[in-house]
Amino acid sequence: MMQFMLLFSRQGKLRLQKWYVAHQDKVKKKITRELISTILARKPKMCSFLEYKESKIVYKRYASLYFCCAVEQEDNELLTLEIIHRYVELLDKYFGSVCELDIIFNFEKAYFILDELLVGGEIQETSKKNVLKAIAAQDVLQEDETPQGFFEDHGLG
Amino acid sequence: MNTDSGFNPGLNMATIRQAINETIERGIMRMPTPTRLRDLIRQIRAAKTQAEERAVVNRECAYIRSTFREEDSVWRCRNIAKLFYIHMLGYPAHFGQLECLKLIASPKFTDKRIGYLGAMLLLDERQDVHLLITNCLKNDLNSPTQFVVGLALCTLGAIASPEMARDLAGEIEKLMKSPNAYIRKKAILCAFRIIRRVPELMEIFLPATRSLLNEKNHGILITGVTLITEMCENSPDTLNHFKKIVPNLVRILKNLILAGYSPEHDVSGVSDPFLQVKILRLLRILGRNDPEASEAMNDILAQVATNTETSKNVGNTILYETVLTIMDIKSEGGLRVLAVNILGRFLLNNDKNIRYIALHTLLKTVNVDISAVQRHRSTILECLKDPDVTIRKRAIELSFALVNAQNIRAMAKELLIFLEKADPEFKAQCSSSMVLSAERYAPTIRWHLDTLLSVLIAAGNYVRDDVTSSTIQMISSSPANEQTYITVKFWDAIQETQDNQPLLQVAVWCIGEYGDQILYDSELEFTNERPTESTIIDLYNKLLWSNQVNTVSKQYSLVSLAKLSTRIKNGQNNIKEIIEMFGSHLNIDLQQRGVEFTQLFGPYKHLRESLLEKMPAMTINRINGANSNGEMIGEGEVIRSNSSDKVVNNGNIRSNTDTLLDLLGSGDDIISSSSFTIPTSTPAPAATNNLLDLLGDIDLGAPTISVNNNNNNNNSATSPITMSILDDNENTKIPDVTTMFNINGSSGGNAQANNSNYDLGDFLSSPTLHNTSAKIITVFDKNDLVITFATSRHNDDYIEVLMSTTNNSMDTLEQYLFQAAVPKSFQLQMMSPTGSVLLPGGVITQEMRVRSNSPSAVLRMKLRISFVCNGNPILEQAEVSNFPDV
Repeated sequence: MMQFMLLFSRQGKLRLQKWYVAHQDKVKKKITRELISTILARKPKMCSFLEYKESKIVYKRYASLYFCCAVEQEDNELLTLEIIHRYVELLDKYFGSVCELDIIFNFEKAYFILDELLVGGEIQETSKKNVLKAIAAQDVLQEDETPQGFFEDHGLG
Repeated sequence: MNTDSGFNPGLNMATIRQAINETIERGIMRMPTPTRLRDLIRQIRAAKTQAEERAVVNRECAYIRSTFREEDSVWRCRNIAKLFYIHMLGYPAHFGQLECLKLIASPKFTDKRIGYLGAMLLLDERQDVHLLITNCLKNDLNSPTQFVVGLALCTLGAIASPEMARDLAGEIEKLMKSPNAYIRKKAILCAFRIIRRVPELMEIFLPATRSLLNEKNHGILITGVTLITEMCENSPDTLNHFKKIVPNLVRILKNLILAGYSPEHDVSGVSDPFLQVKILRLLRILGRNDPEASEAMNDILAQVATNTETSKNVGNTILYETVLTIMDIKSEGGLRVLAVNILGRFLLNNDKNIRYIALHTLLKTVNVDISAVQRHRSTILECLKDPDVTIRKRAIELSFALVNAQNIRAMAKELLIFLEKADPEFKAQCSSSMVLSAERYAPTIRWHLDTLLSVLIAAGNYVRDDVTSSTIQMISSSPANEQTYITVKFWDAIQETQDNQPLLQVAVWCIGEYGDQILYDSELEFTNERPTESTIIDLYNKLLWSNQVNTVSKQYSLVSLAKLSTRIKNGQNNIKEIIEMFGSHLNIDLQQRGVEFTQLFGPYKHLRESLLEKMPAMTINRINGANSNGEMIGEGEVIRSNSSDKVVNNGNIRSNTDTLLDLLGSGDDIISSSSFTIPTSTPAPAATNNLLDLLGDIDLGAPTISVNNNNNNNNSATSPITMSILDDNENTKIPDVTTMFNINGSSGGNAQANNSNYDLGDFLSSPTLHNTSAKIITVFDKNDLVITFATSRHNDDYIEVLMSTTNNSMDTLEQYLFQAAVPKSFQLQMMSPTGSVLLPGGVITQEMRVRSNSPSAVLRMKLRISFVCNGNPILEQAEVSNFPDV
């Protein structure tokens, strides 16, 4: 089971955080800070795994963004890399060649996509098509509530 | 998918129209339209300094708070979304929690979507809010819109607390049977999370798992396998229950690998690797220790292992999981060979990740099939040079697992090279492992001694104390010619460097012990200049006054120098001068040694020879294989070998040697038995208990010392021993001799250990040390709150009661206050407690000291315990009258 996923930039700015285990805010911040600094200090050629407390950290860099997951001892690290990759593919499909700015300005969408891929830290859907279909349908639902021209001013904007 | 949308468009338009009207009204009457989310993000990103950013955030937060106060429902969604961004930047956003709940309760899908997102981001497991959200979830789980149900399920999966799990398990069970795959797969994972949080809820979900594996939908299959895996790991009964699904799993897996290309689930030519891995893992659990189940999966595992394409990460992912399964179940020999070969290929892979996996897995398999792993030894040793610390760590563990009697010479050579260049964090662990390996497999004594010396040189000040002690022990038990040989080597080694403390300590110990052998044996060869009495004494003089040498090393040196005075022919006066100077040293331990040894040059000169005779060989009885407790025991040995110098030969002590007895720390009691010699294992006569106490303290004090002696430079490390030696006359009980003389003296449960621990414990002021053998009673046990007392008498002075409260409930107890009252015939002194908040499973301890005013009074105690649980103040009272006799 995945314990959390963090997205952060090369400058160490947090872009997304998804926690599947209950921690106090203080603890979350500490873990985030420690992992960001450890991972940023590692050289590009090094392997994608770290041991951190009881969990295994799996991370991968895509352009300027680091995707970092904590999984349990029994979990398959290589599969975690595939999950990260699947998430990146989904973001890419949804935003159309995604970049860091897309995730900064539409972070809520990035969360929604992740929530259609994983529930409770486990994969719920292995078909990309199904995930994107579910997201699109919910976006439509959201737009239906908002009449034309109204969204810009009254939606999230 | 949105055909079954439950939103009535008409109603929707009405709400919106109303919203618009409200907005217009507000725009004119009250407040301006709030900043849009993306404008806020732009503003924050435009901030050039931290202070500027903070200003923007504070301004916006203040505004958002004001809209919350105004109960502004039109912009709530947008404001909350802004709050998420602010929260991600690390600013507090908890004030948005309740607003998230209001969003969730809204009929609009946009509001719900953002509201549930907020619930996942902002809510901790705080009780009050959680109760509210449970109600919202319950409503939405029954919503006619699948996406609303989906949001609720997703939220539950992420933040399910035990209470929530209990409250909603029934709902989830219903949804697990939903015909809608979108809802069903999410419900299955919620069930998984519920079982994680509250394992006893598993029963509810068992019937619903029956049909899961017959589905075609991969979402349901993968979530189903995940749920079943969790259930199997949960209880052996369930595991047996699911044995019958092995053929189903095999069939699904077979279909996956044999089916042609399916674009929907393909990942670089592999069909649904996510599902394959999950199935392989479940097979592993089902096949473990079960020959029949293992037999049923042999074929498919072989197929997966041979047919999987390995040019990409995804193929290796599946192979990795397959190898783990093959090694864990009762698989055929051929299959195991196949698996180890796969790992061998992994080890040669260019991809660092795959190499890491290989090392990681080989370490797991090393116990199963060591010869297969041995074949890859050279590659593994190569990995020791990898620049990546994660890989080096795995490689070093694996390398030590591979050492055996045949390859020890070659392996040790490689490992020493590694040790020399290793990072400090590795040096400690690696040197201790080297010592253990050498001990187990050394081909000759000389090789063993040479290796120990090399370890001390290579690891420098990073070695743990067990290395020093086992080296001394090894030398002590070697034949005389080897002792001379290694002493010469150590002499040479410390000519070059003196800032390597462990090396220095062993070297001076050797020189003190075998100094005569190296001084007067004309056949010895030295790489450097041949030592003479004066060069040796000069060196000691230098060491003893050097700033680079730490106190422990100086202690070693001083004892060594005293011993040397009986080994050399001339030079005694020089030694005496040096030792006398320490009589006024600032460090109390060194000063004490100085004063004590000076006595041996003055009035008690006649005793010096016999007191400082050569030590008998220390027997190596190392039961401990693991280096974790080896560390502790190792320290005991150091202290023993070091301080027993003073007491080896007290058989010669005559009854009128008061001062000398002072030296030995026995205070005013005089030993009457003059025929007494210290045996290493036979019980000594009880009459000599003072002396035994002394020794007992040394031995048994050792584990206590390790508390603060992790650092070689810790000056205070040896002081407690000194104290216990000096204060020893407090010990009146007849000690348990066998425990004391056991070189591995455990922390002991006898009276002796107890007493000596008090002496040390006070000194270290660590309350945890006090209760090693105290009597423990449970005084309160109600509503999962257990209070125990550990009582013990402290030197006739007072009774010490260590209160320890354990919270076995699932709730956090705050403002915990423990009060106690005793009858007038007693005095009660309460120390401060270790805390006031009891997390679930948490412990608070508090020390109390009870002094008795009249000897005949019986101790009773009234207790008052108050705390706040879930916001409710709770007060409990209890009375304790069954204090044990201490």
